[in-house]
Amino acid sequence: MSVEMAEIQKKNSIPPIQFGEEVSGAETLLRCLLLEQVEYIFGYPGGAVLPIYDSLYGSYFKHILTRHEQGAIHAADGYARATGKPGVCIATSGPGATNLVTGIATAQMDSVPLVCITGNVAQSLIGTDAFQEANITGITVPITKHSYFVRDVRDLPRIVKEAFHIATTGRPGPVLIDIPKDVANAIAPFTYPETVDVRGYRASVVPDDEEVQHFVTAIKAAKRPVIMAGGGIIAASADQELLAFAEKARIPVINTFMGLGGFPGVHELSLGMPGMHGNFTANQALLNADCVIGLGVRFDDRITMGRTKEFAPNARIVHVDIDPAELGKNVSTAVTVTGDVKSTLEKAIPLITACESEAWIRQLKDWQEKQPYKYKTDGDTLKPQAVIELLYRSTDGEAIVTTDVGQHQMWTAQYYKFKNARSFISSGGLGTMGFGFPAAIGAQIAHPERITIAVVGDGGFQMTNQELAIVSQYNIPVKVAIVNNQCLGMVRQWQELFYDNRYSQIDLTCSPDFVKLAEAYGVKGLRASTPQEAEAVWAEALAHDGPVVVDFRVAQEENVYPMVAAGNTLDQMELGDD
Amino acid sequence: MQQQTIAVLVNDYPGVLTRVSTLFGQRAFNIDSITVGGTEEAGLSRMIITTGGDDRQIDQLMKQLNKLIDVISVTNLSANSYVSRELALIKVSASPSQLAELNGIVEPFRAAIVDVGPTSLIVQVTGDTEKIDALLVLLQNYGVLELTRTGSVAMARSIVPATAAATV
Repeated sequence: MSVEMAEIQKKNSIPPIQFGEEVSGAETLLRCLLLEQVEYIFGYPGGAVLPIYDSLYGSYFKHILTRHEQGAIHAADGYARATGKPGVCIATSGPGATNLVTGIATAQMDSVPLVCITGNVAQSLIGTDAFQEANITGITVPITKHSYFVRDVRDLPRIVKEAFHIATTGRPGPVLIDIPKDVANAIAPFTYPETVDVRGYRASVVPDDEEVQHFVTAIKAAKRPVIMAGGGIIAASADQELLAFAEKARIPVINTFMGLGGFPGVHELSLGMPGMHGNFTANQALLNADCVIGLGVRFDDRITMGRTKEFAPNARIVHVDIDPAELGKNVSTAVTVTGDVKSTLEKAIPLITACESEAWIRQLKDWQEKQPYKYKTDGDTLKPQAVIELLYRSTDGEAIVTTDVGQHQMWTAQYYKFKNARSFISSGGLGTMGFGFPAAIGAQIAHPERITIAVVGDGGFQMTNQELAIVSQYNIPVKVAIVNNQCLGMVRQWQELFYDNRYSQIDLTCSPDFVKLAEAYGVKGLRASTPQEAEAVWAEALAHDGPVVVDFRVAQEENVYPMVAAGNTLDQMELGDD
Repeated sequence: MQQQTIAVLVNDYPGVLTRVSTLFGQRAFNIDSITVGGTEEAGLSRMIITTGGDDRQIDQLMKQLNKLIDVISVTNLSANSYVSRELALIKVSASPSQLAELNGIVEPFRAAIVDVGPTSLIVQVTGDTEKIDALLVLLQNYGVLELTRTGSVAMARSIVPATAAATV
């Protein structure tokens, strides 16, 4: 046992872990998690994981009992995104395991490190359609980074060690471990490997010097360069390196949706978000740049609009990514670097000099001043954009903000100027409604000292609002801001614009009274319908020492602008009505 | 669109074939043929996959395959000289009296008649795709009752002078 391992067990385990002691598979699992320095487990018990929950009874772990497995995995996801540490969740076999599927796919699309532990029926029953049997490793093949079905308790320590290694190294992602009940009950001497050797897995992160030199040379020649910084900046904790690189090279920075917070939104070189609902300047920057430097981005179709030949038509594209499969996948590139952005920028910073970009920066500033995000204010009507501005103003951009998916998500990305990495937590790739609230719970648990706001829609909140029970039970002081327009707003917007105002199945006017719903769970509930009420109510919410649900009743007809309609290119941007 | 032959060395674990084939479906690649079998090393299998695609598509496919944890290595055999063989069993409508005549047809192909029945016989042939297709054309004159053929098994040629690497 290494010194480090010994320290961990001494600190956290009572009684101390004895190597070689005969223990069950369930106890083995928990000991492994302890040695991986897992602090929180989000889960839901059931028949197939009873041995694990029995071992948890009275143990050292902090287990958060969500009210649905989907809540558990989104909370683990929020914890992981807020900390960079792997999130851990447990579900039972069959329906418990399948309830994790949406959360696993969410984590896979956004490269979030998760270790998902599921129980399964005993191996003697596997394949018999036994009660609560599901082939969860088969179901999740396309949406996990890797998965394991544990056949022998003696393999369990190696598998757990590998699972954490795979989940957290290279391009992070979710790993599933499926444990049949007989394995959880089987007895074996406890061991835990100190090293990992997965033959088929090479998670190299440090780029080749020659590639970095090409990277620097390509950038130095540019007159109109722009950095497009994605989620890879945050995954690699490269925000400080990005700041240093951009300032030294004098290159403006676009943050993709997943990269928000990776570069300070208030910095003079910040251009904000590009793409379908990005701002005018960021999109003009892509259209006019002579060099686009993609750092930890995957050139998603919400930015390229799927029209990759017309994307950044005047630019050489330089692309850095830890996943070699991303290089050249969606757009043609002139220079590529395989490596994580932190290592790449660490090597590049000493080599880079300031570009001749001052005229370009002035042009971008001019566009920013002429075409900021804007919306019409309207007397006593509470506008959703104003709600987000209020949240930003009241927290000075320092809160952790999670969202669901829809209009409120885009307004949050537009109007909240994120200053810090790991402050904006949202389902970017999969677009998962119901994600925001449980993710906020995980983030708040990870950072109890920070204000955590779940910005949700009235639609998405109703997909996971049962987790009000756990913010109440554990007194987790998440502030839930419901941007309530009494409909499925983004669907309504598309139906208005592209389906001739045929509003099919978007009416949510018979939603519950969210204030009473919160109170039913023992959570403070507040409501605001005018800008004045919003100010007062939100101040009350922030002052309250505990969870709060604020029902902001906003104008229903508001649309998200700017907008590039699907199928159009970035130069066909609708700015909205003035 | 060119046909490419990819060799994928994988762990010999349950479910690995599913992972590989799922990847093809997930990423919208087509599998023309796939063969899987043991290798020189216990615990590893080699998949030979033939698929179509341009250089960029094949590059992306190989990168995606490489991301699978159970994949040890990926080689595009089509990038260099390689040997490829298929096996086919062809049941032909024929009586024993036609045996000599059929032998005359299959012999130049180094094929063999491996079963003879009252109304049909089975021809076994190995070779590259074109060779098997050519024999099939001839046998169709008799009536092909049943056909089963493997995908390719393939291997890169040794690095030797071109004259010594002639097809055998």
